[in-house]
Amino acid sequence: MTETPPLWASESFWKKTAIWVTAGSFLILVVLTFDSLSQTTAGSKRVPGYAVINKKIDYRFDKAVNKFMPVIGDDELLFGQALSEEDAKALVDLGKKTVQSKNCMNCHTLLGNGAYYAPDLTKAWLDQGWVSPELREDLMVKFLMDPEKNARTFGSNRKMPNLKITETEAKGIVAFLKWMSSIDTNGFPYNFKTIEAEE
Amino acid sequence: MSTEGSEAVIQQASGWLDKARTQWQHFNTWLELDSSHLSPGRQLSVKYFTVAVILFFAQILFGLLAATQFLAPGFLYEILDFSVNRMVHINAMVVWMLYGFIGCVYWLLEEESGTEIVGLKLGNIAFWVLTSAVTVVVLVYLLIQIGPGKDSSLWLINEGREYIEAPRWADIGIVVVILIFFYNVVATFSKGKWSGIAGVLTLDLIALAGLYVAGMFYMTNITHDQYWWWWVIHLWVEATWEVLVGVIMAWSLMKLLGVKRKIVEIWLYIEVALMFGSGILGLGHHYFWIGTPEYWLTIGGFFSALEPIPLVAMVVHALYDAGTHSFKNSNHPAVAWIIAQAFGNFFGAGVWGFMHTLPQINLYTHGTQWSASHGHLAFFGAYATINIAFFYLAIQHWRGNVWMGGGMANNWRWKWALGLLNGGVLGMTIALLIAGYEQSFIERAVGGSTWGGYFDAQNHPAFVSAMAWRLFFGLVTAAGFVLLVWDLMTIGKTETRKAQVIE
Repeated sequence: MTETPPLWASESFWKKTAIWVTAGSFLILVVLTFDSLSQTTAGSKRVPGYAVINKKIDYRFDKAVNKFMPVIGDDELLFGQALSEEDAKALVDLGKKTVQSKNCMNCHTLLGNGAYYAPDLTKAWLDQGWVSPELREDLMVKFLMDPEKNARTFGSNRKMPNLKITETEAKGIVAFLKWMSSIDTNGFPYNFKTIEAEE
Repeated sequence: MSTEGSEAVIQQASGWLDKARTQWQHFNTWLELDSSHLSPGRQLSVKYFTVAVILFFAQILFGLLAATQFLAPGFLYEILDFSVNRMVHINAMVVWMLYGFIGCVYWLLEEESGTEIVGLKLGNIAFWVLTSAVTVVVLVYLLIQIGPGKDSSLWLINEGREYIEAPRWADIGIVVVILIFFYNVVATFSKGKWSGIAGVLTLDLIALAGLYVAGMFYMTNITHDQYWWWWVIHLWVEATWEVLVGVIMAWSLMKLLGVKRKIVEIWLYIEVALMFGSGILGLGHHYFWIGTPEYWLTIGGFFSALEPIPLVAMVVHALYDAGTHSFKNSNHPAVAWIIAQAFGNFFGAGVWGFMHTLPQINLYTHGTQWSASHGHLAFFGAYATINIAFFYLAIQHWRGNVWMGGGMANNWRWKWALGLLNGGVLGMTIALLIAGYEQSFIERAVGGSTWGGYFDAQNHPAFVSAMAWRLFFGLVTAAGFVLLVWDLMTIGKTETRKAQVIE
């Protein structure tokens, strides 16, 4: 057979297709990456600035957009301190670094990503498990510093190990969790009833 | 301590050392492997395969520990916590697969380029550097585990980002080693000859090495952190690794079944177009819920729905080629594992991925055992299988290219290893899927993902029994692994016939 194969069966056609499809897709991804990063810098509409930890945060169903949305309310200082954006960032940063150093992600999920041995932390700040907004900060810090004594196992016998978290680090983690709960996550998790919700 | 005392200790130690050396020699004599059958490049390749098998064992061992903790949370509490076991489990997996891939590429490099590996010495040094670094990283994971919330912890102990936990110093080392590997590949093809397979491989390795760098930065903003983190994880696992497997598969089909180069290379281009065409923007399915804009719901949903298509193409490719050659091949276990790869990749990565990839269902399944179910079948089906196929190919040549077809001694072993490993992983996948369904329903849809909802789902009898079945099938997988290793060490030992020649 010396006939030339039809275009769809020729090597050079598929080679070119592979190159163009890959290059095109990657180019689109790069453009979207620039856009996504700029829409999600801290201080944007979707990802609030770190000083949001000075405010009351809630998470409610928004009928207009048909999904759950974070609701930023009036002042509600964390540990009784009003922090500048810079100081708030430093505190959240300490929390984030501690969350990484303690390997939280290999038991918990953050924004739904991680391991599945312990609860999701996306809206942990708003969880009803902290009893009331007044007791919450104190309970969280105590729990983080000595999870065994303050265990919250919900009947599962699964206990968080003592990770030697200092008080400053614990406060950083609480700040990080509070800030994270203010991120617009397109309605994930769905149907979440917060500590602020009235029965 | 007195001089006599220390002398006694030294004597005892040297006695043990001698004993160990003798044992090792006995073991080697028993193995009867003759490295003179292998070219220097392939001797390097089997070093990578050997470490890959050891890490495969670590993956299974730490997986079993973590699976036990789901049923008995007090097990190894505050000694080796779930987080540690799970981290070693997934890291061992990523690293053994990378070792396997590097081994596969070194295996085919000389034959494909028609010349000797250019930087063989450098390649050997890189192997020992990487292996020492991996050992240190694992020891630090196990013995030090965590550090204070400071940069030094991220640099020296653990970065705390799932899959790429390796501390920053190791990241830099990995990049250097990969660059040496990349140099060897490119320089060897340049010295010898280029081919379609060589071209795709080279471009894919550039992407693979470059993408890793995207995961080497610390960011306070968790949305940005996870954005780049997925660049590495997704674009490795669902794009560049898949193409790498396509390259390895294409080459092995030529060698094992005698498929024509023109056919495999056209298929390879089609697969690259489909894989990158769907996989690059399919990245969007990880950007549904991390704070990124809403357009990702559409883009991610659409392109990730296309992701199974190249995997179907790969099944067709492997089966059609095997069929047209009436399954006549030079290495039965290797071809069986390649067929397992085609199906495992399609079901594990394709079907199991598609089942929960659309945002409408992912809202409930994201971050549940559903992902674990998908992860187990996909990683095993797509990547473990092809590496195991190459282990068999390597051992065949290590023994002097002996017969590995019908009528082999102890034929049952490789078949049972194949059955137990595939059955074990499939069993775990189904158990985790049941747990995932239950979790999506009770924790997510009803419980709204609160901590109360989470534990309601974890304490539910359906979940608990699913975890028990997962552990059982984990043990089945481990049994399959033991048999696999035994088989790899003994297969072809008494064989005198030469391998079947495939035209």
